[in-house]
Amino acid sequence: MWRFIGFRTLQAIPVIFAVITITFFLVRAAPGGPFSSEKAVSEQVKAALEAQFQLDLPPHEQYLAYLTDLIKGDFGPSFNFPGRSVNELIFQGLPVTAELGFYALLIAVVVGTLSGVIASLKPNSLQDYIPMSFAMVGICMPSFLLGPTLVLVFSIWLGWLPVSGWGSIPGDKILPSITLGAMYAAYIARLSRAGMLEVLSQDYLRTARAKGLPEYKVIIKHALRGGLIPVVAFLGPAFAGLLSGSFVVETVFQVPGLGRFYIQAAFNRDYTMILGTTVFLATLIVLFNLLSDVLAAWLNPRLRYQFRK
Amino acid sequence: MALLTTSDLRVYFHTRNGLVKAVDGISFSVEEGKTYAIIGESGSGKSVACYSMLGLVPMPPGKIESGEVWFENQDLLKLSESQLRKIRGKGISIIFQDPMTTLNPFLKIGDQLIEPLRLHFGMSKKDAWQKGVQILEEVGIKNPAQRMKSWPFEFSGGMRQRVVIAMALVTEPKIIIADEPTTALDVTVQAQILKLLKELQVRRNIGVIFISHDLSVVADIADEIAVMQNGIFVEQGTRDAIFSNPQHAYTKKLLAAVPDSEKTNQQHENTYLISADNISVHFSGNKGEGVLKAVDDVSLKIKQHEILGLVGESGSGKSTTGRAILRLLDLANGKIVFNNEDISHYSRAEMKPLRRQMQMIFQDPYASLNPRTSVYDTLAEPLLLHKIVAKKNLDSEVFSLMDSVGLSRESVLRYPHEFSGGQRQRIAIGRAIATKPAFIVADEPVSALDVTIQSQILDLLLNLVNEFNLTMLFISHDLGVVRYLADRVLVMKDGKLVEEGAVHEIFNNPQEAYTRALLDAIPGKSLLGVG
Amino acid sequence: MSNQTTQIENIDAMPKGVSLWDDAWIRLKKNKLAMVGLCFLIFMMIVCLMAPLLTPYGYEEQDLRLGASAPSVTHWLGTDTFGRDMLTRILYGGRVSLMVGFIATSVALLIGVTYGAIAGYAGGKVDALMMRLVDIIYALPFMIFIVLLMVVFGRNLLLLFLAIGAVEWLVMARIVRGQIQNLKQQEFVEAAISLGLSPGAIIRKHLIPNALGPIIVYTTLTIPNVMLLEAFLSFLGLGIQPPQSSWGLLISYGVESMEEYPWLLIFPGLALTLTLFALNFMGDGLRDALDPKASRD
Repeated sequence: MWRFIGFRTLQAIPVIFAVITITFFLVRAAPGGPFSSEKAVSEQVKAALEAQFQLDLPPHEQYLAYLTDLIKGDFGPSFNFPGRSVNELIFQGLPVTAELGFYALLIAVVVGTLSGVIASLKPNSLQDYIPMSFAMVGICMPSFLLGPTLVLVFSIWLGWLPVSGWGSIPGDKILPSITLGAMYAAYIARLSRAGMLEVLSQDYLRTARAKGLPEYKVIIKHALRGGLIPVVAFLGPAFAGLLSGSFVVETVFQVPGLGRFYIQAAFNRDYTMILGTTVFLATLIVLFNLLSDVLAAWLNPRLRYQFRK
Repeated sequence: MALLTTSDLRVYFHTRNGLVKAVDGISFSVEEGKTYAIIGESGSGKSVACYSMLGLVPMPPGKIESGEVWFENQDLLKLSESQLRKIRGKGISIIFQDPMTTLNPFLKIGDQLIEPLRLHFGMSKKDAWQKGVQILEEVGIKNPAQRMKSWPFEFSGGMRQRVVIAMALVTEPKIIIADEPTTALDVTVQAQILKLLKELQVRRNIGVIFISHDLSVVADIADEIAVMQNGIFVEQGTRDAIFSNPQHAYTKKLLAAVPDSEKTNQQHENTYLISADNISVHFSGNKGEGVLKAVDDVSLKIKQHEILGLVGESGSGKSTTGRAILRLLDLANGKIVFNNEDISHYSRAEMKPLRRQMQMIFQDPYASLNPRTSVYDTLAEPLLLHKIVAKKNLDSEVFSLMDSVGLSRESVLRYPHEFSGGQRQRIAIGRAIATKPAFIVADEPVSALDVTIQSQILDLLLNLVNEFNLTMLFISHDLGVVRYLADRVLVMKDGKLVEEGAVHEIFNNPQEAYTRALLDAIPGKSLLGVG
Repeated sequence: MSNQTTQIENIDAMPKGVSLWDDAWIRLKKNKLAMVGLCFLIFMMIVCLMAPLLTPYGYEEQDLRLGASAPSVTHWLGTDTFGRDMLTRILYGGRVSLMVGFIATSVALLIGVTYGAIAGYAGGKVDALMMRLVDIIYALPFMIFIVLLMVVFGRNLLLLFLAIGAVEWLVMARIVRGQIQNLKQQEFVEAAISLGLSPGAIIRKHLIPNALGPIIVYTTLTIPNVMLLEAFLSFLGLGIQPPQSSWGLLISYGVESMEEYPWLLIFPGLALTLTLFALNFMGDGLRDALDPKASRD
């Protein structure tokens, strides 16, 4: 197992490196520098600013300098918020995004798995059609539409929940979490239904029934483990999706998280901020993918065995 | 005393395509310490009959229309699901066909083995574990205490089936239903498993219901036999009565389907059509495993118009040898001479004109035909490719091919999935003989077919060999079939040739221990008159 | 074989077989949801394409006196804050959304099928190398990259196609490669090799027709993904730019004023959601019809 983890970690390193490199040069390749956009600044001020942000160095030196800083865990200063570092901004937004992401993932996994499993137990009945129709709605109704719709219904028309915010009014965390989690709940529901149906048709379930096990034990002990492996493997991509989904949800609900900072930085052409956030989020995603792969492999004894040798 | 008595059992399926009478009124009883065999081809209803007694047939679409099944003074068909659960795995256990899929790959052997003990007897984990170790030892698994902690995939097919048997026996049931328990196994392993089952049955005095498609498998172990066709028992009786004095036409057909004759020796010219000298085929294994020598220094020669049988168990390298001779695989070593031409290192382009001379028939007629191609296109493809007929004669040539292999001309525009297994194999044979080849490699051409169909296809092959003056390498794991068809036999094991000789020599006077083991393993030897 | 049948020589007189394609079509026709989806999609494409002929209003035609008005006889779906007809705007927006969906999917299809087929057929080291590359690209966090691309290079429609296509081809390549690899081991391909067919003929006649089912299914399921992605970017202001419009952009305008004028959000939202529904139902239906093994039920 350790070999597998080591192997996958080694694989992740070039990916993270590629992310840093691509992002770095992509941002540098952008037409128009950070200070040429709106504010008309004098040549001297511009030169001074560029020197401050090391923009006057040749690209490869800038790159090396950035890499050295990164290794020290320093994302550099923000272009747009003078005197503040990207690190500060990231760690200001991160706890909020992490909390939102956690609730959303919880909703996605719990609601998704439950409804998928329930649907798979009686395919082509109401027990299947009802949760699967909701899943279809979840997939076809993107968060930027679902969020406003929920606000329209529950906040504006019914007045039950706050329109926006995070942590200031009780109940204001409910709608953003549901909005972000809904689509992944839908995916997980479909995945777990398909995975369970696959397993439920296996011969070894017939063996379990022939032993006299009651149906709930057959499902819990024999079917769930194999049926939910695809769901575990999906957690990595789901996490990546949740992070980018949080861009929208944080914008819609005015949640002061990382996603909103990112979009703001994008519009302000705050290059160090974009660069820093991209590298940070991408690394997080790569690591989470690694984690969910390792977890899925660990659930499969055959894979576990192969890498033990 | 009868342990279990079934009378007038009917199980129907109400499907969208209408009513299917899977089991339509069968009655039988199983005695203590006796084996009751139910024989039938796929779809005859034999498995449904047994599973329905334990409520293991999905309902709907299945429905038990009538009948009684008496076991321990209760009618199983009248029991509720929770009452039935107390019988399943305790009073009556089932051994399923394919040991590769009947064990849960996500649970350790031990956990699966002790599950019925914990469930039915409420044993502590420690006691149950001890009992599990004992039973593993009893079914012949070495190091049972350690093996309890192994995963299913760490066992070979035969060993897994021993585990499955252990799992069925661990609760000391009165009756075991064995559903084709040896069909997925090699012959020598099959013989071991059958022996094990018989021993356990005698020692524990249990009743066995043995389901099989193959009469010869039950020849040595059954006390009573029922022959099932289309949901009913067409014939029931003691083993001796069924084998020596069959009454029903279908039983006679099944018995006749067991090839029991030896091919009369034919004289062949002394010229060799094809010869392979010291050929080896290597596959690169997984990292660190080095190369796998699938075929290791094998030499063989086939005379004109001769059928050479190549026998071995799975993994012996017999199929690889056949493919290497046709140059479908690259040789690591050795030389292949076809019609005095050394083809060992021919390129694809150089092989092409020779391809019409050498053809192959594959094992699985469900995989060997392109599912999106009609019979017409399948048969026309080789004719067009090798420019065998002018376009205007193509239709009539396709028709005459269909006649040759016994397919109705009306099905010329149909697609593979519209045919049965036997008919599909006829299409595949038609494709192989389309180019009027001199040499054919037939790789287990009948092992995927029902027994009665097998004999038809074998006879078709024999006729074609005579009609088209073919030379054939016939690959099979089934010694009876080889004996029926081949002139000469080669025995392979682990990529090497073990023994070679004329059919009657090999069968009556085998020299090598492995050949003798193979012959001993043939089920129902007495029937075949081998020994 | 009776003599009667031996005399029939005319192939065309023989009863037609039911090919797997016929079979799939029959199964698809029985699937009501998929057929409703198909009809809706065709309807949507026709009305969007013929938008200039169907509505009396121009896309940018403002009627400031009217302002945002609720649905009425003259404006079926109401007007926006500038007094522009919503139905017209939705139809024009649909053209862009659908076009992005189809073109970006075609890009993904082209790259994915070619790449996957080559890797699958070549096998061995070539395959290992090609697939490792796919694995690495797949591990990149694409959504963030697309946002970045759009920020850095401005909102360019062509770039959007390329960027979306570049994400979606990976899965297609994996599917095709898996299919080809699987089929290559089938005995009917070995039979074709032993008949002496060239690799080109084998790919054309035996591999592609059998891999086509999953390719069609996945293509149908890629289109809604792509449309979602476009809508997502447009919503954030990073995709389609005014004066062009798309459903995503209309939705983002709708959100701004949904408290007073909810129809500005509801109708474009419905257009997008219903189209995605139709595409997904069709995709699921096609999967059931073409690839019965992949979707047991």
